[in-house]
Order: sequence, then C-alpha cells, then structure tokens
Amino acid sequence: MDYEALRFIWWLLIGVLLIGFVVTDGFDMGVAALLKVLGKNNDERRVMINAIAPHWDGNQVWLITAGGALFAAWPTVYAASFSGFYIALMLTLFALFLRPIGFEYRAKIDSEIWRSRWDWALTAGSAIPALIFGVAFGNLLQGVPFYFDDILRLHYTGSFWALLNPFALLAGVLSLLMIVNHGATYLQLKTEAELKARSEKLSALLAPVCAAIFVLAGVWLFLAVDGYSVTSLIDTNGANRTTEKTVLISAGAWFTNYDKWPLLWLAPALGVAGFLVCALASKTRRHISAFISSSLAIAMVVLTAGVSMFPFVMPSSSTPAHSLTMWDATASETTLMIMFVVACIFVPLILAYTGWSYFVMRGRLNEQHIRDNSHSLY
Amino acid sequence: MDIVDLSRLQFAFTAMIHFLFVPLTLGLAFLLAIMESVYVMTGKTIYRDMTKFWGKLFGINFALGVTTGIAMEFQFGTNWSYYSHYVGDIFGAPLAIEALMAFFLESTLIGLFFFGWDKLSKEKHLAVTWLMALASNLSALWILVANGWMQHPVGSVFNIDTMRMELTSFSEVIFNPVAQVKFVHTVSAGYVTGAVFVLAISSWYLLKGRDLPFARRSFAIASAFGLASALSVIVLGDESGYEIGDVQKVKLAAVEAEWHTHPAPAAFTVFGIPNEQTQTTDYALKIPAVLGLIATRSVTEEVAGLSELKEKHLQRIIRGQEAYVLMTQYRAGDKSPATINRFNEVSADLGYGMLLTAYTDDVANATAEHIAQAVEDSVPEVWPLFWSFRIMVACGVSMLVLFAAAFWHSAKRTVDKPRWLLKFALFSLPLPWIACEAGWFVAEYGRQPWAIGEILPTHLAVSQLSVSDIWFSLGAIVVLYTIFVIIEMWLMTKYARLGPSALHTGKYDLESPATVKEA
Repeated sequence: MDYEALRFIWWLLIGVLLIGFVVTDGFDMGVAALLKVLGKNNDERRVMINAIAPHWDGNQVWLITAGGALFAAWPTVYAASFSGFYIALMLTLFALFLRPIGFEYRAKIDSEIWRSRWDWALTAGSAIPALIFGVAFGNLLQGVPFYFDDILRLHYTGSFWALLNPFALLAGVLSLLMIVNHGATYLQLKTEAELKARSEKLSALLAPVCAAIFVLAGVWLFLAVDGYSVTSLIDTNGANRTTEKTVLISAGAWFTNYDKWPLLWLAPALGVAGFLVCALASKTRRHISAFISSSLAIAMVVLTAGVSMFPFVMPSSSTPAHSLTMWDATASETTLMIMFVVACIFVPLILAYTGWSYFVMRGRLNEQHIRDNSHSLY
Repeated sequence: MDIVDLSRLQFAFTAMIHFLFVPLTLGLAFLLAIMESVYVMTGKTIYRDMTKFWGKLFGINFALGVTTGIAMEFQFGTNWSYYSHYVGDIFGAPLAIEALMAFFLESTLIGLFFFGWDKLSKEKHLAVTWLMALASNLSALWILVANGWMQHPVGSVFNIDTMRMELTSFSEVIFNPVAQVKFVHTVSAGYVTGAVFVLAISSWYLLKGRDLPFARRSFAIASAFGLASALSVIVLGDESGYEIGDVQKVKLAAVEAEWHTHPAPAAFTVFGIPNEQTQTTDYALKIPAVLGLIATRSVTEEVAGLSELKEKHLQRIIRGQEAYVLMTQYRAGDKSPATINRFNEVSADLGYGMLLTAYTDDVANATAEHIAQAVEDSVPEVWPLFWSFRIMVACGVSMLVLFAAAFWHSAKRTVDKPRWLLKFALFSLPLPWIACEAGWFVAEYGRQPWAIGEILPTHLAVSQLSVSDIWFSLGAIVVLYTIFVIIEMWLMTKYARLGPSALHTGKYDLESPATVKEA
C-alpha cells in the first residue's frame, strides 16, 4: 500500500470515527439535552438517564478516539483546529466536564434542588458541544483565517466572535437538532408509555425540520459560500508540503466533486431521505426504523460536509495556499501504516464488545423498575 | 506572565488534578477484581457487598478521572499546537492506541460493572471486572509510552522538509526503557494508592467498632495487595533511578543536587539545603557510594555534576546554533549539497539551537550573553526537585512500613488490631497522593527546559494564543475544578462514613431508616 492510498484511507477512517461519535454519543447527548423537555418528573428523568447510563461513557470514547486519531494521523490539523478554535474548544470542554459527574453524582444525594442542578448541567453539557461542533463545521466550510510562519508555527488571526456568523450558526442549529432528534429516537426504543409517546411526537416534528435546515444549508452553500480548489499539483505520494501549493477561492467550488462523481449526490439525498423516513417511522411507531434512519441521516450529514470539502479539511481564508488538505497535512507513511493496522484490529473488536454491552442491557425501562432499584441505579 | 508561563501553569494544574483520580482508579480496579474473585470462588455475599461498596467509591472517583482526562487530550492541541505539529507523528500514536485498545474497553465495561449485576452470570460479571481493571492499566501503559518518549525520545528522526520529528521505529518507542520502567513504577504507585485508601477507611470502621466483619476482610485484602505493591514501587523506583542515570543525567544531577562531578562512586545526599548561589548543598548529610550504586550499578562510574553537564550543553548550543541557521537557510530555498551535508552533521543539536530563540529572534547573531543565558537555563532549578524527590521517597517508605505492620497483623489473624496501627493507617490516607504528585513533579519539572528532551524546548512548543485567552481558560478551569473537587471529596466522605450500609442490603450497622434516608 502506498502513501497516497494510506492518506485516503485515513480520510475515510477519520470520517468513520466522527460518524461513530455522532451516531453513538449523539443519542446519549440528545437524551441528556431532552431531560427537562421530555422528562416531567424525577422518575421519568431517571428512566431517561438510566436508558443511557451503561453506555454514554463508552460512546464518548468515540470522541476521545477521534481526537487521538486526529493527533496521530493528521497532527497539523489537530494542532491548527484545536488552537485556532481555542475559546470554542474550551467552552466545549467545560460543557463536557459536566457529563461524567452529572451522571454519576445526580442520584447520590436525595434532594430536589441537587437533582435539578445536575439535570441542567447534563442538558448544557450535552447541548453545548453538539451546537459548537456544528458551528465549527460551518466555519470550516467557509474557511478560517490562519497562516504558518517559516518554522511552520501556526498563527490564527480570527476571533471567537467571528465564528458566530449566520451560516455557521445555521450549521450549529442543524447539529443540535439532529442530535436531539437522535436522542428522541433512542428513547422510543428504550422507554414505555407516555415517555415513549412524547419521544415519537418529538421525532415526527423534529426530523422534517432537520431535513429542511439541511437542504437550506446546502442551498446557502451553493449560492453564497465560496469554495476552495487546489490549482497546483500536490504530490500525493510525497512528504507534506503544506505551504507550497496554490489554492483558488471561487463560487461553487464546493460542488465540483459532485460534478465529477455524480454518485456522491447519494450522500445528501440519503441524509434528507433518512430524516423523512425517521419522521414517518416515528409517527407509525416503527421504533427500530426510526433509530436506524436517524443514524443514517446524521451519518450522511457528516459525510456530505466531508465530501463537499474533499480534499480540504481546514481551508485558510486569509492565506489560501496554507490550507490543510488530507494529502499534505498528514502523519508520515510509517505512522499512518501502523495506525491503520491498529485500527483494523481494534475497531471490529470495539464494535463487537460495544454490541454485546447493548445486548446485555437490552429491553425497555419503566418508572417501576427505577423505584425498585432506586439505590443501585443512577 | 506570558503565554509560555500561563500555558505551563494550566497544563501543570490540569495534569496534577487529573492525577488525583487516576492512581485510585488503577489500584481500586484491581482490588475490586480481587474481592469479586473471592466472592465467586467462595460464594460468600459479604465479598459481593465489598465489591459493590468499594465500587461505589470507585465510581465517584472515576467520574472526575474522566472529566479531567478529556482536558488532557484536548490540551496538546489547544495550548501546545507547535508541540502537536512537531512531534504528533510519534506522540499522537500512543494516545490514539490508548483510546482504541484500552479506554474504549474500560469505558464500555464500567457500564456493565455498575449496571450488569442482575443481567450477567457471576462469572461473566467477574470477567467484566477483571477486563475493566486490565484495561485501565493498559491505558496507563500507552500514556506512559507517550510520556516516556517526551523524557527520552527514541525511534524518530527530524525531517527538515516537513519541519517535524517523524517516526522511524515504533518498537523502539514502545520498548523505550524509560517508558517501561515508568509504567511499572506508576501503576504500582496506583495499586499502593488503592490499598492505602481501602486500608485507611477500613481502619476507621475498626476504630469505630462498626461493620467489623466487612472492615476486617477489606483490611486484610488491602494489606496484602498493598505490601506487594509498595515493594514493587520502591524496587522499580530504584530501577527508574538507574534509567535516569543512564539517559537523563541532568534530571538526576538536579534531583540529587550534584553540583559537580565527584570521583566515583558518588555519595547520596540524604538531607541538605541546596544553595543555587554557591552551587553547593549546605548542611549536607551524605552516605558514601550509594548514589553511584543506584545510578550506575557500579563503584567505578562517575555521576555527572551540573557544572560539567552545562559545559557539554555549551558545546551543543553552539553546534545547535549552526544547525538552526542552516535549517533556516534550507527552508528559505538554499538546498545546496553543502548546506544539507553540514546540516545533517549538526542536526542532532538542533534542539539546543532552538533554546536560543527564547533570548533572541536572530539566532544567527546570538551574543555571548544570550548563549551564556541559554546554558544557565539548560538545567532546571535544583531545590524544588531535590525536595519533592525526598518527600516522595519518605512517603513511600512510610507506606511500606504501614503495609508491613498491617500485613503482619492480618497474617497473625489477630481479631483486634492494635489501635496505633489503625490510627497509623487512617492518618496515612493522604500519603499516596502526596507521593504521586511529588513524583510527577520530579519527572516533569526535571525535564525542563525541554518539552521533548533535547529536541523541542518548552517555550517553542506553545500555541500562539493571546494572554487573555489563556487567562480566561485557566481561570475557568481553576474555578470549575475547585468546585468539582469539593463536591467529589464531600460525596466521598459521605459515602465512606456511611460504609456498606449505603448498599441498602439490610445487613449493616447503620441501616436504621433514619440514618440512610439520604443515600
């Protein structure tokens, strides 16, 4: 396998990890964000929390792994995005802080105020990252201002407030809503009676909204967001020459990949279709279909963003030639190869024991079960 | 304070708080697995209750370990972006493998550990607990492979085209002797922490005369596990001393306040007041030959002193200056064979040349004062290392004595342990944490001025952020962590005081409805 193939594989693998994150951690974030919306009393909220209690921690490792894989496979991208989006990343971090302790400590003290505080902490801890990740993608699609100096030190020249532009905020809202919807489809699978009925209703309402925002964002991208294209030849088999290419910014450039490979239209099309099927399935109480179609839809949203930008991963709006692409911001061939082998061994294992843990904890939860096991459950 | 100081402060704070929770996770996980094994083998439910109760405390601790752990992974990118770019090709891999191989397993199984009691057979649940314990230790392995590489960067080479270090041999990185020794020393310290934790709290129940059968059994398991672990920490700490003597001579000289090279074998300074001005140690109490034995395993080899090491650094900085200048020329387009050949000759000292960037932007014309300053700063300050090392060792020895006494009384099967022993155990509770923090301080402060030993200076490794950005993040982290730690300690104390009655089995001493209502 040559360097070029490895680089492409790692673009796919980073995509797989990000999709793994939004599909798995997405539903537990969605459930937690809905605590105060769908849960009318403590017992109901405990049902919601315990539906995800055995799994949220493992799910969150998809995010940790995506971060680690970014560090190992695309070190420059990891360095540039994490330091460039500093304040946004810190806010995400502070929000994520609240989740492990929220889940673990909420039931440790029998007090209404104590529980309510943690409910809000869990809501914020789950909704804020979902929103910020969307905003970050919205900004990546528009390019962000940074350049490298002569020893390849990164200088980011934008501000936190500049990240909060209309297109990025729309992407943030889409990200938040699709994750909330995903949480609602998971609750359809794991709860009973009223809670289940409320989740069905919410999905039936939210999923079409997600589809509409997704389409709107696409139209906006086509009409008003300039894309990037590489106009020099990148040696896809050679060492990274991150700052030595030429890049053109032009209208419609994010759609050239679709012109070249029309089959790629499947990604956004399946995204829209996924949301619509999810709404229909929720209405007709096909809970498994609702969850699967929601998973498919959010996976396709992530894929659409990646495919549109390919081969770019972090374009520079101020110094386009310094944009990071998946060809020239990667780790060395040796490291990519080692990490590829490691991923081939462990990703299937992870899927196997994660699947087993869901199998062990299968079945719906109800309020009676919570009351009967009050001291051992969250 | 500038961005370098602030970034260092933030990293130090987040890392040290994170490591309040890690060692207890490492140690308690194995203790839980041992307790549950006894339950499965004997069928006595008291051992299941032990697993569940200590598991409750494990969970309270684990939550903050996860919370503070996320910050660690993000922080290399957010605050150390040049570091991430410069060494990510090597350093990123063990972190990613840690997540794929260990943290996934640990985090998935911890859900089954807590919520799978009624859903899994006894044997399957036991397997889950053991795998969770193994996974937490595997996690530590990969993190320490990464840290070991920062201390002693092997298996990699500088690539001038990509302007970073690149991996040449992954097996050298994994089998880096520093990493291996650090791993065993660190996880053993974790086992000691878990053992002291269980021993101290059990001793408190025994002192109060509460839940005696539960407390005695916990005491016995902790004392045996603790004694083995304490011995292992000390033996491997000594091995660590040997490795440091081999590859991190500056750190060793600073820790031991070896101002000058003395004729072999070097004496070990037990106590003294290091004096930076006179470059001597006042009131030194020395044992002849011991340091030479620890660091070189011989009586004929010298232990290098700081002033001699600085002389070597001077030479390397001068060569490094040349390497840096050639590197700049090359990157500006001068790719003549002469430049490349000469660069390859001196490139091993490029990191030393980079040290000069702290004092001047114009490395090519650095003055003699700049160079002298760089040499002076090429070794860390002595007294903080000298003292924290001695604090660590004193805590370690004290805990060894504790476990020896505790094990002796457990083995004798004395029903009533002497009160002095129980009080000794109770008051030893903070010791493992003090030892762990002091040990990490020695490892990391002792590495200065380097982020990656002799490769990348700390001051270059930071992200180009604004001072106000870092003040914001540091301030918020300090406030949040303080609140979290207070809540954690409060819950931990509350549940430790409640003891096994917190399980609501109806079998334990405090289970009148009034006392357990809250839990």
